[in-house]
Amino acid sequence: MKSLTTSLRATLLLLLITGFAYPLAVDAVGQLIFPHQANGSLILKNGVVIGSSLIGQPFSQPRYFHPRPSATPDPTGSGSVPYDASFSSASNLAPSNGAEIKAVQSFAQAYRRENGLPPTEPVPVDAVTASGSGLDPDISLANALLQVGRVSKARALDPSTVKKLVMEHAEGPQWGLLGARHVNVLGLNLALDAMKP
Amino acid sequence: MTAQDWIQIVLVAFLIGGAAPFVGHYLAWVFESPRIAPERLIHRLIGTDPDKGMDWREYAGALLLSNGIFFAAGFVLLWAQRILPLNPRHLSAMSPEVTFNTAASFVTNTNWQAYVGESQLSNFSQMVPITFLMFVGANTGMAALIAIIRGFVRSGTQSLGNYWDDFFRFFVRAFLPACVVMATVLVWQGVPQTLATSVVAHPLEGGTQTLILGPVASIEAVKNLGTNGGGFYNANAAHPFENPTPFTNTLELLGMLTFTASLPFLFGRLSRRPRQGWALFAAIMILFGLGFGAIEISEKAKNPLFASAGIAQATTPFLDGGNTEGKEMRLGITQTSLFSNTTIAATTGAVDAAMDSMNPLALMVAFSHMWLNEEPGGKGVGFAGLLKEVVLAIFIAGLMVGRTPEFLGKKLEAREVKLAALSLIVTPFLVLLLTALGVTASFGTSSMDNPGPHGFEEVLYAYSSGNANNGSAMAGLNAATPFYADSIGIEMLLSRYLPMLPLLALAGALIRKRIHPDTAGTLPTDTPLFVGLLVGFMLLVGLLTFFPALMLGPILEQLSMMHGVSF
Repeated sequence: MKSLTTSLRATLLLLLITGFAYPLAVDAVGQLIFPHQANGSLILKNGVVIGSSLIGQPFSQPRYFHPRPSATPDPTGSGSVPYDASFSSASNLAPSNGAEIKAVQSFAQAYRRENGLPPTEPVPVDAVTASGSGLDPDISLANALLQVGRVSKARALDPSTVKKLVMEHAEGPQWGLLGARHVNVLGLNLALDAMKP
Repeated sequence: MTAQDWIQIVLVAFLIGGAAPFVGHYLAWVFESPRIAPERLIHRLIGTDPDKGMDWREYAGALLLSNGIFFAAGFVLLWAQRILPLNPRHLSAMSPEVTFNTAASFVTNTNWQAYVGESQLSNFSQMVPITFLMFVGANTGMAALIAIIRGFVRSGTQSLGNYWDDFFRFFVRAFLPACVVMATVLVWQGVPQTLATSVVAHPLEGGTQTLILGPVASIEAVKNLGTNGGGFYNANAAHPFENPTPFTNTLELLGMLTFTASLPFLFGRLSRRPRQGWALFAAIMILFGLGFGAIEISEKAKNPLFASAGIAQATTPFLDGGNTEGKEMRLGITQTSLFSNTTIAATTGAVDAAMDSMNPLALMVAFSHMWLNEEPGGKGVGFAGLLKEVVLAIFIAGLMVGRTPEFLGKKLEAREVKLAALSLIVTPFLVLLLTALGVTASFGTSSMDNPGPHGFEEVLYAYSSGNANNGSAMAGLNAATPFYADSIGIEMLLSRYLPMLPLLALAGALIRKRIHPDTAGTLPTDTPLFVGLLVGFMLLVGLLTFFPALMLGPILEQLSMMHGVSF
């Protein structure tokens, strides 16, 4: 009986410490010292939240750089709503799955068509595969550079100017040590809009 | 492999090897020094006498009773989500079987998730029951380990220590402070921490995008330091809000190893045999390193089936090539491989990439880590499992030379070996039996997402993960069905407590034994020879049982892909 009350009291105490005191303390510290990050690293334009610098968003117009394929599902049923930030998900397709091979083929064809590339041009693997979260904000540098022709044409910009912008937005490895080189798509597109709306 | 890859690998290896001895020695101080004021206050509040020793039955009883209450509290709070605060989206409770599965999953330190965090749990559920269960589940494993270690190193007493004393020493002086520090660093790097639920953004091309926020950093910290693994979001650490930068990726994987890879050194300190600690650390790191190497090679490799589509898969300065399906560009293949190997080996189960889209060789490593579950394994219980392997390896060595096996001066006799073997057979028994059921019955096969051997792997993975209290998933499998939610839920409870009880009993038997001084005939257990024996024994005994399953799954899939066959 005594050990039962001990367990009950310990549970109550631990609930208070771990369920309230701990997260609320982190909350207070985070909101005080790092309010931008603690609230989702939001990007505002004219007072309107246009997104988060950490979360990818869908782009399909020729004048913008395009992100990777996204497998975030339609919560109501089949199909997918790309870059639905309320339901992060990967495709979960196996590398040996015929459906995966078909998807890669059709993404590659679409990519070559959009960017006016010859059928022999290898397509960077990140442009034909969905990310782990379905919300990957980044693409590879190779992927971005292959899109320069299309974007500069749609915006009537000199390709070398756009290429320079891409290279300026190349990030990583972090502190020269960690991770891989990549380009943040939303950041790059915002810079494009700022350069020539 | 580029220079950039090697830099990261060497850096991480250096940090693991450099930090583990210090943390291990710190933990030894935590458990051996006088209690500090907050601990004394807690014992007054909960009404325990922390000086009262418990024999193994009392210790196991206190552990099971407390875990029963933790489970009940978690279940009730999750079940009542609808009427509790911080639920502006008016999310209703999850189904009874998924609620059961979740409470069982989190109290057993598994963190298998049959639900979608961002769309099914309110911030209250994430912040209170989920975070609470993450803490107590991990903390219980640590207490059990300390009791088991005392069986090996103490003598002339029945007492394995006091459960609540051990529980709160670790909680107050190591676990909670480490979580606060890590959570703060994570917020700095971009992990949200707020009571707000969501923000509606207006993307550049129109429409809306609902960003889900919440107490993410506080969960993320305990998730890794406690080798829990349950993510705030469905995509877990692949989600940019859980793992925004390569630095958080490195920090999170090091967090998983903080209190697990350091345990050999804790053992070395408590047994007054530091060389023994190094030997066990070496055994762990050999298997850990082999696993990483195989995953890295596997995920850097080109998929032969993509050749006809004309895909650039090779790594160049402009492309971090390899198997990018289900992976994130900011992390790249090497960070992902480091994380994946660690999360499976330390039974955390957090993932920063989709396991279901990994190449077969990487999955073979994941299976092996989950079946062995001791390199370094989950908080506390992983190292306790390693001690069981040590007992059995010494027994086999004793049989070979015809001597009574001894470990740390204590004779290992029939009862000890039987208890260790009993703990060992739980894994193959549960995993193979349940997988057989899952792949034969229609209510099992209908949940498979991928065809061919990969579908079989999904079911095998689910039960291996549940049994290992790992919690990662090949997430294509629909595990939210009554069959999977219930069977995995029950499996997680059985495989948490069934192997733990024989090990506590083993400690109870060992603690009564006299410590004999080493003689010329004693098998030294801190030499490279013994490390080799131990690793070989673990691989043979731990994996041979499962070899047919590996043939049907990853090996068949790998060979098919090499011959251009898809499913």
